[in-house]
Amino acid sequence: MKTATDPAPAKRSRAAAAAAAAGTATGQAKAHDVVLKVRDLAVDIRTHRGTVRAVNSVAFEARAGETLALLGESGCGKSMTAKALAGIMDPVCDLADGEINLNGTDLAALTPKQRLKFAGPELGIVFQDALTALNPVYTVGTQLGEAFRIHRGLSAKEARVEAIDLMKRVGIPEPESRVNSYPHQFSGGMRQRILIAMAVALNPRLLIADEPTTALDVTVQAQIMQLLRKLREEGQMAVILITHDLAVVAEEADSVAVMYAGNVVESGPVFEVFADPRHPYTKGLLESVPVHLERGAQLKSIAGSPPELHDIPAGCVYQSRCPLVQEICCAERPALRPVSGAGTGPVGGAVTGLGAAVTGSALNVPSGNEPRPARAAACHFSEEINNV
Amino acid sequence: MLIYLRKRIASSALPLMVVIVGVFALARMTGNPASLYLPLNATQQMRDAFSARNGLDQPLPVQMADYFGGVLRLDFGQSLRTGQDAAAMALRAFPATLQLAATTMVLAILLALVVGCWAALKPNGIADRISSFVSMAAASIPDFWLAIVGIWVFAITLGWLPTSGVSGAGAWVLPIATLLLRPFGVLVQIVRGSMVSALSEPYIKLARSRGAGELRVVTHHALRNAAAPALTVAGDLTVGLVNGAVVVETIFGWPGIGKLMIDSILQRDFAVLQAAVLLTAVAIFALNILIDMGYALLDARVRPVTVKA
Repeated sequence: MKTATDPAPAKRSRAAAAAAAAGTATGQAKAHDVVLKVRDLAVDIRTHRGTVRAVNSVAFEARAGETLALLGESGCGKSMTAKALAGIMDPVCDLADGEINLNGTDLAALTPKQRLKFAGPELGIVFQDALTALNPVYTVGTQLGEAFRIHRGLSAKEARVEAIDLMKRVGIPEPESRVNSYPHQFSGGMRQRILIAMAVALNPRLLIADEPTTALDVTVQAQIMQLLRKLREEGQMAVILITHDLAVVAEEADSVAVMYAGNVVESGPVFEVFADPRHPYTKGLLESVPVHLERGAQLKSIAGSPPELHDIPAGCVYQSRCPLVQEICCAERPALRPVSGAGTGPVGGAVTGLGAAVTGSALNVPSGNEPRPARAAACHFSEEINNV
Repeated sequence: MLIYLRKRIASSALPLMVVIVGVFALARMTGNPASLYLPLNATQQMRDAFSARNGLDQPLPVQMADYFGGVLRLDFGQSLRTGQDAAAMALRAFPATLQLAATTMVLAILLALVVGCWAALKPNGIADRISSFVSMAAASIPDFWLAIVGIWVFAITLGWLPTSGVSGAGAWVLPIATLLLRPFGVLVQIVRGSMVSALSEPYIKLARSRGAGELRVVTHHALRNAAAPALTVAGDLTVGLVNGAVVVETIFGWPGIGKLMIDSILQRDFAVLQAAVLLTAVAIFALNILIDMGYALLDARVRPVTVKA
């Protein structure tokens, strides 16, 4: 290794090294700066029955030190969006349109080879199932150290030191000996920690966590979410948290984008969206959360399931399940448009519990250097939802 | 690891004995050597004398016990044909087979890795289709036919290569090319299949998300995971070659163990046949142990757990 003669790299401050590796001079991002701005993102899947659009004109922004939650049922395009952002889509998927502006660079315009430079130093991703996400034939030390070897040209020995350091950071006991263990020799929670360590190895500005706790039991879930929060604050990362767990969103996220059938149907600050949903889908999701229910009482749910990607209707994507559906909903797809601010509408009974939880959590509403986009919803009747 | 090895070697002893008994019994079913080695008009006394000289007059169990005793003393008897030590004949023939098998397999595995990985990069792509066609054809062409056509075209018509024998590098070309095709074809398909599934694993995506380029992803992350099935099949194919590429060795007059076995069977040269079979059996057992150690080397999950006392 060429760098083996240089004793400095392992000792350089991590942030400075990350900045140097990324070729930028800005260092750590200031809190609440916009790190990622996604516009008109569209992903197509080539299938035997023709091309389908899995993600359609998705737009959101993620800010340093904040968590953006992508919320929605399974198959709504959340993970597809995440993979598109990280540049690791399946071979049958194409980035059809859009802009992924990460700290001034449009990732969507880069070639796959150019994107490799950003994978790691600028953007990290955590998957749901840590067992399959770790390579079974290499020690965790090798895998944790790989990012350092690729992006900073460290030797195997130096990378191992970094790997041990990372394992310490994410709270894995006895990292000096565990660094030589294989993924199958760890518990599920520890594997998830390793996965997170891998994603934050080079202090990326953006961390995408794709259902990081779905495969874990509740106690471990809480630990993992706590770890993510700690790392987010330490590194002032922007976190995109993909989940269908409303409680996690309420507790962890600053803002939320609700996705349905590949479209963002509502977005805004978590507190406002949960207290006063402006899309019937959001409202339906919130009402599905059992709060103050008697034993034996009927649980609420949204009847039906999301449409097949092959036959997404021409009008509103939610029309087949919407309690408010009108003629116009079938004729015309509502655009994601700004809706009026928080607290004006009456708060639905089922939502109160969650709303209160959000109010309790530290929600630092701040002054970024860029004005925050207004709340938005894609519904023809977004003003009337809470009157139903 | 040593404990594991010792256990494996010990557990190979019983199957080896079964092999010895089987070959011993089957060889004697081919008939009495006396009728081959003595003139057609030999008298019964001459036949009895021949049998007595070679211990063939004893009842089968006694013959077998004698043989086992000999094997334990590493005495495998003498060849009826040449009078030489049977073990020496087998050992002399074996290197030729091993060299042929090793060269063939190394080439087949290397070629198959390259072609298989190349095909797996874009499933159903043009490279995949071409390699699928070529490998299917390679795996299906019968070797005796190919050997004969090879001799006809390259040795007789064009005169570029010798028809048979082991003299010079040219003599290696046709036997290796003939033997290579099937293992190559089979291995390309195995490598391609396991690479396609390895490349679709989440850990490959994650490796890409760390900035690993295409070459690194293929050679570093996917290949090692895809190697186990290829190793199994390569081992199996190697067994076939070590066992004496009987047909190819015979056609090309390659002085290997396969040819020795065929000659011994035709000549009812029991001692040599038994020695040759035993030798290849030992080699195959050793190969299997090596393959299992290969798995362990590739993947920590199949490593034998050694409990420290």
